[in-house]
Amino acid sequence: MLPTPSTSHVDFDRVYEPAEDSYLLLDTLSSADETAFLHDRFDAASKQPSSSPLVVEVGVGSGVVLAFVAANAEIIFGRHDVLTLGTDINSFACQAASKTIHNAVKSAQTSIFLDVVNSDLASSLRPHTIDLLIFNPPYVPTRLPDFSRHDSYNDLPAGQTSTTFEQDSYLLELAYAGGIDGMEVTNRMLEQIPQILSFDRGVAYLLLCAQNKPEKVKQCVRDWGTGWKAETIGTSGKKAGWERLQIVKMWQQKN
Amino acid sequence: MKLLTLNFLTCAIKTCKTSPSSFPLHPQDAELEIVESDVNMAFLRNILPRLMWEELRGITRELGLPELPETAPAAEDLGEPSQVAKDLHRLLLETSIREGKLVCGNCGHEYAVKEGIANFLLPGHLV
Ligand SMILES: C[S@@+](CC[C@H](N)C(=O)[O-])C[C@H]1O[C@@H](n2cnc3c(N)ncnc32)[C@H](O)[C@@H]1O
Ligand SMILES: [Zn+2]
Repeated sequence: MLPTPSTSHVDFDRVYEPAEDSYLLLDTLSSADETAFLHDRFDAASKQPSSSPLVVEVGVGSGVVLAFVAANAEIIFGRHDVLTLGTDINSFACQAASKTIHNAVKSAQTSIFLDVVNSDLASSLRPHTIDLLIFNPPYVPTRLPDFSRHDSYNDLPAGQTSTTFEQDSYLLELAYAGGIDGMEVTNRMLEQIPQILSFDRGVAYLLLCAQNKPEKVKQCVRDWGTGWKAETIGTSGKKAGWERLQIVKMWQQKN
Repeated sequence: MKLLTLNFLTCAIKTCKTSPSSFPLHPQDAELEIVESDVNMAFLRNILPRLMWEELRGITRELGLPELPETAPAAEDLGEPSQVAKDLHRLLLETSIREGKLVCGNCGHEYAVKEGIANFLLPGHLV
């Protein structure tokens, strides 16, 4: 097992603490099946290397997942010219993740960490630029937070050096509350995916829980058009025959 | 925020994405800093096909940095590493916007950069 990047500097009062869902992503991305798929998709063995792949994680939180990918690019992709970029709606998560990834990338020969931007999903990225998209969304079926407070809660209160209790609760709500079926944020992400993934080699890894109705999500992806695939490639938390969490990979296969 | 990141970003407003003038975003009142790192040759060679060179030239001009050549270097020019490679590395990965804003050329919306982190969140009605 590859080591988990350190997040000891992160304040988990307002940034999502790595949990079972985060670790399922780490295990799946570094599994033999996925590394074989990614080596092939990103031409690891080719004498004529393709252009540097761009990996984007939406909702980086502590940064543990993207830091893991950045630190193990050679193992996961078979190349060390991979670029990583993160986004999060929570500005405190952006700062924390930036540090986590920076610390995890030990040398310039490991991979290239770009930045973390404070953004809604991938809406600040140019269309068809993302080669690998990772999203561990807020997936719990519970009411979405009241976004009208976002502007004031996304920054330290004026003149203060620490956040308030209400602010912290709001920021953590952003990390787990997914609205109806836990799918309101994820559905907006799914809508962006066909436009944001690169044409020839784009692939997305999405974490879902059982209440998100994963079978329905996969069918929806397959209905995007010719060649679109969606498969469950990792699961955890088996209880009475039910997988609590799973990772769905979606990509377009060119004939 | 590294200048290379600007190669991948655009205005967050949906209706701007189809307009060519929403890319690149234009840095304004930018406070730059240099954050040194080692050169990764594989990266420099393999990023070339992805660089929007004309736009990158525009950005460097707007930032008052030395003028870039009209065409992007070729992989053969990068050597092991040559001065060309070192300059490109400095521009793409070491030159960072610490504070300032990024402005959309289509709608004029300004995105703030604070402590190196750009904020692309829109007031609810713009999404
Ligand atoms: C379940 S946490 C996952 C955090 C981290 N990726 C991990 O696996 O440990 C979900 C993250 O998504 C972020 N988030 C929620 N809604 C978002 C949105 N609309 N755009 C970007 N990030 C969002 C939250 O702030 C939180 O950091
Ligand atoms: Zn715009």
